[in-house]
Amino acid sequence: MKKLVLSLATTVALALTGSAQAQSKYPEKPITMIVPFAAGGPTDIIARIVGENMSKTLGQQVVIENVAGAGGTTGITRALTATPDGYTIAMGHLGTFSAAPATYPGLKYDPINGMQPIGLAGGTPILIVARKNFEPKDLKEFVAYVKTNTDKVNEAHAGVGSVSWTTCTLLKGQLGVPKLNAVAYRGTGPALNDLVSGQIDFMCDQIVSVAEQVKADTIKAYAIASTERSPALPNVPTTKEAGLPEYQIEAWNGIAAPKGTPKEVVDRLVDALDKALKDEGVKKRLLDLGTVMPSAEERTPAGFGALIKRDADKLSPTLAAAPK
Amino acid sequence: MSEMIAHLQLGFGVALSLQNIALAFAGCLVGTLIGVLPGVGPIATIAMLLPITFGLDPVGALIMLAGIYYGAQYGGSTTAILVNIPGEATAVVTTLDGHQMAKQGRAGVALGTAALGSFFAGCVATLIIAALGAPLTKLALLFGPAEYFSLMVMGLCFAVVLARGSILKAFCMIMLGLLLSTIGTDLETGQERMTFGFPPLSDGIDFAVLAMGVFGFAEVLRNLENPETRDVVRAKIGRLLPDWNDIKQSFLPVVRGTAIGGILGILPGNGAVLGPFASYTIEKKIAKDPSRFGRGAIEGVAGPESANNAGAQTAFIPLLTLGIPPNAVMALMVGAMTIHGIIPGPQVMTKNPELFWGMIASMWIGNLMLLIINLPLVGVWVKLLQVPYRLMFPAILIFCCIGIYSVNNQPVDVAFTALFGLFGYILIKLGFEPAPMLLGFVLGKLMEEKLRQALIISRGSFMTFIERPISGGLLAVAVIILVVALLPSISQKRDEVFTE
Repeated sequence: MKKLVLSLATTVALALTGSAQAQSKYPEKPITMIVPFAAGGPTDIIARIVGENMSKTLGQQVVIENVAGAGGTTGITRALTATPDGYTIAMGHLGTFSAAPATYPGLKYDPINGMQPIGLAGGTPILIVARKNFEPKDLKEFVAYVKTNTDKVNEAHAGVGSVSWTTCTLLKGQLGVPKLNAVAYRGTGPALNDLVSGQIDFMCDQIVSVAEQVKADTIKAYAIASTERSPALPNVPTTKEAGLPEYQIEAWNGIAAPKGTPKEVVDRLVDALDKALKDEGVKKRLLDLGTVMPSAEERTPAGFGALIKRDADKLSPTLAAAPK
Repeated sequence: MSEMIAHLQLGFGVALSLQNIALAFAGCLVGTLIGVLPGVGPIATIAMLLPITFGLDPVGALIMLAGIYYGAQYGGSTTAILVNIPGEATAVVTTLDGHQMAKQGRAGVALGTAALGSFFAGCVATLIIAALGAPLTKLALLFGPAEYFSLMVMGLCFAVVLARGSILKAFCMIMLGLLLSTIGTDLETGQERMTFGFPPLSDGIDFAVLAMGVFGFAEVLRNLENPETRDVVRAKIGRLLPDWNDIKQSFLPVVRGTAIGGILGILPGNGAVLGPFASYTIEKKIAKDPSRFGRGAIEGVAGPESANNAGAQTAFIPLLTLGIPPNAVMALMVGAMTIHGIIPGPQVMTKNPELFWGMIASMWIGNLMLLIINLPLVGVWVKLLQVPYRLMFPAILIFCCIGIYSVNNQPVDVAFTALFGLFGYILIKLGFEPAPMLLGFVLGKLMEEKLRQALIISRGSFMTFIERPISGGLLAVAVIILVVALLPSISQKRDEVFTE
């Protein structure tokens, strides 16, 4: 009996030290977080803010590597085809995880079945904005105007596959004007320039890019495509309030790893992300950007995976049918 | 006026704090170094240094990052002059006469002129931003797609004038550049064009890859073939600083270059790249003896170098006053500001005056520092020419490779650069100039984008380019340039002058 207790105790002790060892083993070296866009963009900023704090929890540096190209699919492809050991992860967004399968027919990764989601880092509300002197005064007038003046209205976006293109294509699909005149720009900056100067009529874009222009009254915002108003722009109504309740879309950013990443590694990453999002400093910086903090559910792999699937289902039909 | 002085006082108060002076110095020094290293550009460097600035206050961080940017403009001319490699699109023109000057043993004078011209341009540009920043933003807003397209057409007409040797060959190279620029994903439809299903081509060819290939690698290959040409450079280093005569010759070009570069720098969509080209064209046009250009004319260094530095600084105007970045480096600055909790927009000037005026004041301080860093270094840089080939060439190649890799973190880019190196070597052997090709390439992307945007907005009517006054005016200038270049009598003279 004594022997049995002893051996049991040893086994338990061994098991404990064993699991403790497994936990302390990862991470042994810096972790690369691939951001599939140029440094300085909205996804990059969120990755840097969150990554810096995750480094503290993980005890290893989270290094941001910008691998831009093909609407972010180049970088995500590289991250998801890496060895699934937790040392290569990616910060992707609505476009690369939910919209890409419908936008890029030859896509080399499967965000629904071939990827290990970690968690959502933050949601970025989408605004419908227009040039200052565009006739429609509110969202209802805008909807009516766009439907009756399809030959006159010009929409701007930052290129096929971009967030502005994805979200505006959804809007045009829902309004029944999929062929509305679309002017493509290389990036949000030049598109915004032409919106401020009145060359084009309207665009859909992330709050972080347009909020300061709306505040300064150089452009006007019709609505925010979220369920709640943003503290950054409290005067802008939601699409629900303004009469277009079905237009609900958020440009979120989240972390994923290659499929087959060991569970304990995934748990460590989920925990580090959660701690980062609970940190007051991180929270303040993200909120200043107009970010919506993810719910407890969305911070888990299952919750984030569900979000990816939900938005993919919402976007796929319109995107696949969109004139490209 | 008194308001401006009060603002500048506030600015210098911020910029002259010990910490900010140190940061400006660090930024300028790093900028100069990466500018000198071929291939490592300010975009990659600022992206890499972004995390380091997390611990700093926003003003200090931005002062340092801005220092890197304009420091790189100073340093970039060094490589262009000494080893004929333009690190940035804006330094392409400097290679034409700057490197010729170096070959004639006047490397020191070329570097000195570039530094002094840049300093003058930097000082003037700082004053322009301080005095006229806010009203000038209207200029950026006047330029829609149609105006921009016409400006690019004008730029291409410049390219014809820019050419050395046969005009037909120059024309072919411009066309080749335009064609190369169309490789990649179609902006409007997302379809891939001329990529042969090869994924690395789906975003087109990067400027750095093409420039490092046809200039950097090809130059190394060519020098390996006949080492004796560079022995001349090694033999006589010559005077290090421009003398009174050089200064007299370059003063007006510097003033004109500053004005042209300053205005073009404000335009959205990287208008600054046109500055040096425009300045070079004008200097060549009004010179008494245009045949000296391309053979070491000091005006061909002084004008464009001032233009690119003035443009580099006025490019901050749309960012600081509108919150809209005019080029890739400025887009990165937006990111830097955002990370530090300052979201760029039209209200930065009123909401963060210490940031706005502090940065402007730091630009002047930075320019002074760059002059102090660079002038004593001229001698050191020139001595680099004495480094034996067996050490210098591998070093150039390694730095080019590191630089290329750092742009996108893609190994395939390095392979492409090597390929373009071979291609550039063939071009040199056949007597084609790579500079017009690079200009065609740089302008091609923008031109196509703006042409299509303008036509979509006008519903396909080409009249939009003539009906809009600014666009029409720019096209008229383009036509005049072409007529002057092609008029039979002048053309005959041109052929005498240009065909070697």
